[in-house]
Amino acid sequence: MKAKVLIRPKQGILDPQGKAVERALPALGFEGVSDVRVGRLVELETDDLDSLPALCEKLLANPLIEDFEIVTDDAAASNGSG
Amino acid sequence: MIGVLQFPGSCDERDALSACERVGDSRLVWHEETDLGGIDAVVVPGGFSYGDYLRAGAIARFSPAMEAVARFAGEGGPVLGICNGFQVLCEAGLLPGALLPNEDLRFVCRQVDLVAERADSVFTREIEPGSTLSVPIKHMSGRYFAPDDELDALEAGGRVAFRYAPGHNPNGSVRDIAGVVNEGGNVLGLMPHPEHAVDPLTGSADGLRLFESLVRSRVAAAA
Repeated sequence: MKAKVLIRPKQGILDPQGKAVERALPALGFEGVSDVRVGRLVELETDDLDSLPALCEKLLANPLIEDFEIVTDDAAASNGSG
Repeated sequence: MIGVLQFPGSCDERDALSACERVGDSRLVWHEETDLGGIDAVVVPGGFSYGDYLRAGAIARFSPAMEAVARFAGEGGPVLGICNGFQVLCEAGLLPGALLPNEDLRFVCRQVDLVAERADSVFTREIEPGSTLSVPIKHMSGRYFAPDDELDALEAGGRVAFRYAPGHNPNGSVRDIAGVVNEGGNVLGLMPHPEHAVDPLTGSADGLRLFESLVRSRVAAAA
């Protein structure tokens, strides 16, 4: 089964990439955009959905600084707050 | 014998080896080695292990040699992580916290002043607390982060080994922290590069004191 893992910087942690993107937008004429945060998307295929949260905690995300969200094709999503 | 780890993508292992050779016998340890027999201290050097894919240090942490290093550290063996090595040790859970991308998103490469805070780890025994060391930094993800309660515990336990001197914090590290030690005092990680500061020819030999501390600690332990 295909799955997507969305990895985001934890709330409260400064995300300089997001800030840089946010600061660049007005120069391109896009006004009023705020709170930009940049994370990562990992797409994968697995036969073992049950082990996905453990896989995320162990490798794909660092729970100290990142939250992750697993999205599967059947739209059953689970959240990992770390 | 001091073992200096070498991952695909390491780039400071030769300087680290050279620094270690100034104080004792040393050799490189390839990332696939699992037997650390005969090695009584480990240096995890700087670079971009496994391309730093995913997060700096995230993949290296699972290398066969690192699993051996984790066991070695658990038995009280001295382990020094420098720059990428510090990131690897944090990812491996051998040290608390994490290293985030620099606050200004720039790769920084310059000489900084460090203030030594702790004198009783195996790597800082020869360094007077409060003294200043001039050591280079060169990194993209060096912003030390840990939750406030963890930071309070680190400070209360005297486990902040080095801070950037006032005005020298190059990356936005929380509380100016440049290096921390584990609870046992046998694992130290720091972003600055002591192995690049071992000869006055390159501007400073202050970094050599970490390697001298390690050797004197071993002599003291054997006595």
